[in-house]
Amino acid sequence: MGHSEEYQKLEGRIFTKSFFILLSIVLLGFYFVGVRYVKGIGAVSNMSDGYPWGIWITYDVATGTAIACGGYAVAILVYIRNRMQYHPMIRSAILTSMFGYGLAGFSVMVDLGRPWNAYNFFIPSKWQANSAMFEVALCVMAYSTVLILEFLPAILTSIEKSKWDRMNAIRNWLHPKIAPDKKTMEDKLEMVRLGAAWLNPRLNKVLIFFIVLGITLPTMHQSSLGSLLLIASTKLHPLWHTGFLPLLFLLNCVFIGYSIAILESIISSYSFKRPFEIEELSGLAGLIPFVTVIWLTVVIGDLSYRGQIHAALKGDFYSGWFMTEFLLIAGGSLILFVKKCRRSARWLFISASMIVLGGALYRFNVYLIGFNPGQGWKYFPSFAEVMITVGIVALEILGYKVFVALFPVLPNMDLHGAHKKKGHAKKHKGAEAEKTLPAGEAHAH
Amino acid sequence: MKKTSRRDFLKLAGAAGAGLVACGAGSALANEGLQVNNDELGMLYDATKCVGCKACMSACKRVNSDYGSLSYEKAKFDEDGLWDAPSDLSGSTRTLIKLFKESEKRWSYVKYSCMHCQKPSCVSVCPVSAMTKEKVSGIVDYNKNTCIGCRYCQIACPYNIPKFQWEKAVPQIVKCDLCKSTNLREKGITACAETCPAGAIKFGKRKDLLEEAHQRLKDAPDKYVAHVYGEHEGGGTNHLYLASMPFNKLGLPEIKPEAPAEFSEKIQHTIYKGFIAPVALYSTLCFIAVKNMKKHQGHDDDHKKGGK
Repeated sequence: MGHSEEYQKLEGRIFTKSFFILLSIVLLGFYFVGVRYVKGIGAVSNMSDGYPWGIWITYDVATGTAIACGGYAVAILVYIRNRMQYHPMIRSAILTSMFGYGLAGFSVMVDLGRPWNAYNFFIPSKWQANSAMFEVALCVMAYSTVLILEFLPAILTSIEKSKWDRMNAIRNWLHPKIAPDKKTMEDKLEMVRLGAAWLNPRLNKVLIFFIVLGITLPTMHQSSLGSLLLIASTKLHPLWHTGFLPLLFLLNCVFIGYSIAILESIISSYSFKRPFEIEELSGLAGLIPFVTVIWLTVVIGDLSYRGQIHAALKGDFYSGWFMTEFLLIAGGSLILFVKKCRRSARWLFISASMIVLGGALYRFNVYLIGFNPGQGWKYFPSFAEVMITVGIVALEILGYKVFVALFPVLPNMDLHGAHKKKGHAKKHKGAEAEKTLPAGEAHAH
Repeated sequence: MKKTSRRDFLKLAGAAGAGLVACGAGSALANEGLQVNNDELGMLYDATKCVGCKACMSACKRVNSDYGSLSYEKAKFDEDGLWDAPSDLSGSTRTLIKLFKESEKRWSYVKYSCMHCQKPSCVSVCPVSAMTKEKVSGIVDYNKNTCIGCRYCQIACPYNIPKFQWEKAVPQIVKCDLCKSTNLREKGITACAETCPAGAIKFGKRKDLLEEAHQRLKDAPDKYVAHVYGEHEGGGTNHLYLASMPFNKLGLPEIKPEAPAEFSEKIQHTIYKGFIAPVALYSTLCFIAVKNMKKHQGHDDDHKKGGK
């Protein structure tokens, strides 16, 4: 499974203007996290006893992990449906999944009132298998670990290939008195390199079992994210409260996953000035309508079975949100049925955005908008609450930008650009100059 | 290549479907109805007897304040906190009397506190067993030493009973535990029932309370709405209500006789019965993925040989 030459690092400076803008947003968010730990959750958020889950759970956990399902969706395609041509996309998809899930875990720690008791998840006598949240928590923790393992080959490869330029530069910059001896440092780094070289092929051998675990776990917890709201039968509006919640959430994360993989590829091609991977993208886009059509069918079938179609067409607050969600997903899928649109980066971007927005709105509808505890409770997130979420998202983007520069994540353009020169993809100026290949990787296919 | 992948996909779908059907059938056979235990402890609140003196509220705080980390809630005009004035159940208040006034002649008091359900949603959803239901007494209890503060119990409770201490850096959930560690242990009765001067709160076993409630309905049918709230709501509760006004007007929601927790657990158990479905899914996927992997490697080798 030596796929490492499929990927390459992104050349360029890490500390750009956007880096510092993102960093300041992150710092602002973390200031409010600090306030939350000193003064309590009530000091930064508008959550109440009626709306005990605000945007931290709704966006960061329920929606954020769906958006982080790119790794899951692409892994199904590559390893289960055996479409190896999508393999080059998998590393960046897994990287975003890793950040998405890691930061969902982080915001859970902000949201939990008594996080120091979280060790109880590992004490069998405290296990409570009836709780969907127990299942979600264990699965998400396990999946985050699996994602790190899946990404590890990228890190190991770059350790193996590294010449430790930055490390040496730091050593030279340090005062000779405190700088470590050059010889010892080189010896130790060589040991790290050997260790990585030893681990990498061994990890590669068993990696497939972790990859499959990385497909099983999201299947479990994404459906359980829907099961979480099954119990709120008196509070969740009948448009959304159904026994099919687990199935709908599972399908929802699959089509969000494919759409986000497309968006992510288009955005990173655009912002890193690399050619669009239009072949892969249009193939991926062809799959989305099949999943969305199943989803839409289940939604309509379930509504008519429960006699709630009238509630969807009533034109009130709830039906408005329902129709928005429904039409965004249906509209985005309609565009993707047209072959011409699937081959245009612009239309792909529009339709994938619509589907992601609609899919995310569905989760917001279930967790917040359609949730009514009665007794005149109201909820709208406070500024500090929003800033904590924005800070976490900024950290995610920041991490992605740093990682693609440090590790071979993005598809190698020498390999995958070749069959695109027929004119499907727009080549950006400077794209040639941006590409870089680690020494010794310039090989013939 | 496309053909094989489609076949694999169908195989996968078939296997997964078969697994789910098998699990579903298993759980349908094993599914038992909810057993109502009428020997559990509870309270009967008669809104027609309540005089709204709030003595129960102050007794609750006096007895439980240390144990439940309850504090007095100041009114806007009372900076010194001489007068406790909670407006709703909260992280400082476990029981509350409210007045619902429709007109000069039609009004009613109502008491809010934990309903101590036969099949409590909060216990069903708590991921770390911080919410528990005692087997004998039926008390729904909370243990702050295990609680992680996820507030899923608040989402789940149809009566909005568990409250969270939003303003504290070290918060906890607050709800009535029938004075389990305080008055009930010392005197064998809850503080509110002991204090009530009007006899509006009766403490006892559920079966005695139900009998009493139906007797009162029979004796004075004109006085009451002909319904004992809590007898069947959400699978039955141990805190029962009698009132002269429709219960939904008093802020007590209309809930179907099936406990919400029954519905969600049925689905969760169908999917995760014996952990068969996840294991089956994992092994099927492993089989397909390893096969695909080998095929791909063989393909690569052919390529290299051809290239040479």
